[in-house]
Amino acid sequence: MDQVNLSIDAVEIAATPGTTVLDAALGAGIYIPHLCHHPDLKPAGVCRLCMVEIAGRGTTPACLSPVEEGMVVRTESPEIRDLRRVAAELLILDHRPDCLVCAKNNRCELQRVAAHVGIDAARLARLRRHEKTLPVDDSNPFFTHDPQQCVLCGICVRTCNEIAGVNALDFAFRGFDTMVATFGNDPLVKSRCESCGECVVRCPVGALAAKDFQQPSREVKTICPYCGTGCGLLLGVRGNRIVGVRGDPDSSVNRGILCVKGRFGIDFVNHPDRLSTPLIRDPAGGSRFPGFREASWDEALGLAARSLAAIRNQYGPAAIMGISSSRGTNEESYLFQKFMRAVVGTNNVDNCARVCHSPSVTGLSAVFGSGAATNPLDDIEETEVLFLVGCSPTEAHPVIGMRIQRAIAGNGVRLIVADPRKTRLAQSADPWLPVRPGTNVALLNGLAHVILREGLHDERFIAARTEGFESFAEKVQAYAPDRVAAITGIPAGDIEAAARRYAQADRAMILYGLGVTEHSDGSLGVMGCANLALLTGNVGRKGTGVNPLRGQNNVQGACDMGALPNVLPGYQSLEDEAVRGKFEAAWNCKLPVHKGLKYTEAWHFVRRGRVRAAYIVGHNPALTDPYLQRVEEALAALDFLVVNELFLTKTARLAHVVLPAASFAEKEGTFINADRQVQRVRKAVDPPAGCKTDVDIICELADRMGYAMPARTAADLMDEIAAMVPLMAGIRYPRLEEHPLAWPCLDEKDCGSRMLYEKSFPRGRATFRAIDHAEPAEAPDASYPLILTTGRRLQHYNCGSMTRCTPGLSTLCPEERLEIHPQDAAGLNVREDEMVEVASRRGKIRVRARVTDRCSPGVVFLSFHFEEVPTNALTGDRLDPMACTPEYKVSAVRVAPVEGANVG
Amino acid sequence: MPYEPVLLANINKKDSHTLAVYEAGGGYRTLKSALKDKSPGDILEVVKSSNLRGRGGAGFPTGLKWSFLPEKHPGPVYFCVNADESEPGTIVNRVQMEADPHQILEGIMLSCYATRAATAYIYLRYEYPLCLKRMQAAIDEAYAAGYLGKNILKSAFSLDLFIHRGAAAYVCGEETGLIESLEGKRAWPRIKPPFPAVEGLFRKPTVVNNIETVACVKHIVERGAAWFRSIGTPADPKDPRDPGSYGPKLYGLSGHVNRPGCYEAPLGITVRELIEEHGRGVWKGRKAKAVVPGGLSTGVMTAAELDTKLDFSGPLKVGCLGLGTACAIVLDETYSMVDFLHNSCRFFAHESCGQCTPCREGTSWSLMMLERIKAGRGRLKDLELLLEIGDTIGIIPGTTICGLADGAAWPIKNAIRKFRGEFEEYIKRTNPEGYMETEPVEAMATVPK
Repeated sequence: MDQVNLSIDAVEIAATPGTTVLDAALGAGIYIPHLCHHPDLKPAGVCRLCMVEIAGRGTTPACLSPVEEGMVVRTESPEIRDLRRVAAELLILDHRPDCLVCAKNNRCELQRVAAHVGIDAARLARLRRHEKTLPVDDSNPFFTHDPQQCVLCGICVRTCNEIAGVNALDFAFRGFDTMVATFGNDPLVKSRCESCGECVVRCPVGALAAKDFQQPSREVKTICPYCGTGCGLLLGVRGNRIVGVRGDPDSSVNRGILCVKGRFGIDFVNHPDRLSTPLIRDPAGGSRFPGFREASWDEALGLAARSLAAIRNQYGPAAIMGISSSRGTNEESYLFQKFMRAVVGTNNVDNCARVCHSPSVTGLSAVFGSGAATNPLDDIEETEVLFLVGCSPTEAHPVIGMRIQRAIAGNGVRLIVADPRKTRLAQSADPWLPVRPGTNVALLNGLAHVILREGLHDERFIAARTEGFESFAEKVQAYAPDRVAAITGIPAGDIEAAARRYAQADRAMILYGLGVTEHSDGSLGVMGCANLALLTGNVGRKGTGVNPLRGQNNVQGACDMGALPNVLPGYQSLEDEAVRGKFEAAWNCKLPVHKGLKYTEAWHFVRRGRVRAAYIVGHNPALTDPYLQRVEEALAALDFLVVNELFLTKTARLAHVVLPAASFAEKEGTFINADRQVQRVRKAVDPPAGCKTDVDIICELADRMGYAMPARTAADLMDEIAAMVPLMAGIRYPRLEEHPLAWPCLDEKDCGSRMLYEKSFPRGRATFRAIDHAEPAEAPDASYPLILTTGRRLQHYNCGSMTRCTPGLSTLCPEERLEIHPQDAAGLNVREDEMVEVASRRGKIRVRARVTDRCSPGVVFLSFHFEEVPTNALTGDRLDPMACTPEYKVSAVRVAPVEGANVG
Repeated sequence: MPYEPVLLANINKKDSHTLAVYEAGGGYRTLKSALKDKSPGDILEVVKSSNLRGRGGAGFPTGLKWSFLPEKHPGPVYFCVNADESEPGTIVNRVQMEADPHQILEGIMLSCYATRAATAYIYLRYEYPLCLKRMQAAIDEAYAAGYLGKNILKSAFSLDLFIHRGAAAYVCGEETGLIESLEGKRAWPRIKPPFPAVEGLFRKPTVVNNIETVACVKHIVERGAAWFRSIGTPADPKDPRDPGSYGPKLYGLSGHVNRPGCYEAPLGITVRELIEEHGRGVWKGRKAKAVVPGGLSTGVMTAAELDTKLDFSGPLKVGCLGLGTACAIVLDETYSMVDFLHNSCRFFAHESCGQCTPCREGTSWSLMMLERIKAGRGRLKDLELLLEIGDTIGIIPGTTICGLADGAAWPIKNAIRKFRGEFEEYIKRTNPEGYMETEPVEAMATVPK
């Protein structure tokens, strides 16, 4: 683009058209005082300190003046100085002058303004100081709001609106009384604030300041350990301790933005409950954990190796199940599945994608031939219509949620949401489709029906790139809006409106989550989404596609690395002789031919005595798997269980040997996020004394079982992965130092593939899948009249082992509540905050009620973060037949107040 | 020849606010003939050539404002009528709305026809309950009679008109503050450009006109541009940028006069004429000490400046901000200018919206200083400080988004510069020990509530 030439203070400057005089000056190193300007935000023009003189135009704020060719700007003159000085003096007089005890000391824009303008004590004295006396809000565990330090620049208000899309802050009152406040001037924790801290980062003064701020002495660039968004983090380190977190501004995923977990949820690394010595089960105890005694690494690894070898020798390798961690690195997952296959000799290796996104792999593979997100997350801003199915990104993938809200507000993106709950984004949707849990397939077929009926499908795309259209078209004939309305509970008119909106857009993008996959027909739901995209030609172009929002930080990677019972790393076929030969040669072993057990199946095999031992890395199925009574029984029945963990989780408490592992901040490696980007995870601090990384643990275990792993560092492992996995052949650590690479990345010149299927599909033509609605496994009835559906809370993550060891997060969300619609609550005589009993055919739990219309009538909601409220004691273990993923999202339950518990 | 009122012609009739009386006096005939014989462009032309200037205070040419609407825009175009008459001392819109609401409605209809607006909002000051009642009754009558709604008088022109009652904030009289408030937001004036004609209410092209302006439109369409230009002060031939001050004007008069009220006269009568002829002179046989020419924000003139013409350029010549609302406030010779300025600062500190630093801080700090002066703790150097603040806040020095701060600054600048002796004498008398003080003294807690 052509540059615009202008002169600022007689310096000739070339600036990008569309930027402002202020941007141009700051970019050229000319400081113009300012308070309300922030590069991430639209100009506000309210502080009036950036006044400059533009020839022919007089005095005007630089932040509101776009650069023009030939513009002549003066940033200083006696008149300008007077204007700035009066404004700055008046501001400073309202501001408490306690810079030395201010968290923003030395990073304060008001100090900078004062230094530049030249504040004279004698001049200030003429005004005679007057301080506002306003209370400090320190309700939030992570930061304080001190209105007396506030300069009312509005950066926090605009950040909350433009960046976070939360709108928790606004101005209140007027004139001199103006202050930044929450709705009703409530404390922050009582407001809709989500504690993402973006306002704290941008506040130019000490009004919004992190509590217990410590300036780090160095920063380490890495990737967030929560959710599949894959945000870039800069861990602030002092000595060997993490003291703060900053969003990585260079990350294309989050561009410096973080959510509450990423910014404030890393404290678990420093938590005193971290395991630091191997533990061996011993009824006599002897450690700080009852039932365990401390052991040396040598003893613990020796016991594990001997026990696994003995079971293998006695019952065969198939008697051992391995579950890799979706939170660990790719290198660890690769090494773990290699351990199971080459050392133990079984394909019984899986990861916790089994209970979340396996249907994405089966469903998307069935349609496209490969099972991962088709488009980059950046396309959220490039699309016209976003269709969210069964996901609540503002809670489960908050930074993606923020990007969606920004895309709606800033780019005019239209939103359709199918979700049984009125989530934050459902409130911005047009239309919101409140689908009855378990009826996604009917809805998706219904949408296809309307698209076909109205001729809105893309005939050229269908003819050129797909197959199976006829049988699909015939199948959806039976899904007229009236029938679909009866099945799903969504008004027929809204189904039609959604179909038109999705199909008529030039670019429409589907994002879906566990609300699609965690059903007994989860794979079909995924195919239904992919069918819609094929039908409208929304594949292989910018701003389109079908994108699963992966649940855990590296659930994509754990699958890609082959921690799956049916495929080798990179989804290479177990049956293919050539592939097997390649691995057998490289690993110097004989590979088992038969597919292994999916771990949700494995529990049944334990009961039958066919699985006798398990090795679990960083996963807590005793809390997170459905029908956990059975899982617990199975785990307890194992002859031998070894667990690598950070904390003594419920699963670890059932183990015979617990091996203390290093956290994400204590090791090198890579994670793969929801849009297939391989990103570097870097060691920021040493693990606590006594901990080892999972790579070291697995290598040492293999050593003791007589197999010497040749690659024993993360970088060497990545080289081995590149050599063995064609999809990732071009991925090497030196390349990842520069920027992430998205697979497929076929050689060292390949820059990776942000978008898939531009020209062809892995299976040639994509295949429409004719699918039918089936009622969920468990329908509500007279005894269990409500549908329980489950999900995440913003402040917590999975089994809570990390977030619940971060004190502030527990302050914000201390306990689980059952969400129930006011109508149901009234009928059951359930009141807000009261203890209720929730019972299903499998179990019952006690929890307090939250009466809210976020849930539709007939549906109640619980998360599974809390060991005290084991939601999965209620859920059923009916599996999707293709992916073996359980139906977490539909369980029939009854709710009743607990007699006696609510007295007083 | 005595001036024949046009805008106030109906107000003394019995039941002047009803449709029957308005129609009996020839009301809505202009609308009928315009919808039949004139195109929207014809009306725009006649308003342009009349040189009508907005009556709300700034005097921007109305026809020019309308012509800024983008021609090719798919619409909708909104028309907002500013009836948030909150300028201290100003009561003319109220008289019109209470006594002759249909005249305003006819003006709105013609203006909307000209600007192709199909939806109009009247932003009504909260404190005008009778106006609300009368205007709503008039709108209901107009709907019933087919003057509002779909296909008015069987023409292709449709118009819906709504009243939006404000919530007592002066800044809502600023056109973009008004728009924000109409949208349900905090009435923080917007940064311009874009101007409302391009991006206004709900981000669509919008015109905001004052009540009196739209009433003038009715008479211009009825009687022609030449008639309108035959009234008032002609353009200064030496100033090519002066569009003249034409047409009838409503003047308000309050303060220390014998007969306060709302009067109609050709634009350009002098302050003295207004006080002597319409107001029957200063009360109690006293002399005027100072006069606020057109609402508090226009500043103040001295007794020596009473021959200033009250047209769009007159008040500027004596250092006032402008004609403003043409509603004068008379202060007699016994009244303290310190009290005047204190009152003025109190008003603007209360009404500053809080958005721009210079206005939010400047209005409140000047009030705090006036409070101290009033409390006998003033210092001579406070006057310099007040002037320093007065000279640096507002659109004119370029430091604020809207003109509220200019309105706050002008009384400070005029009062202290024109009546400095009185201020100095007051400070010396009330603070004989400390008026020369230079050491810091505690401020007073005077944050306005």
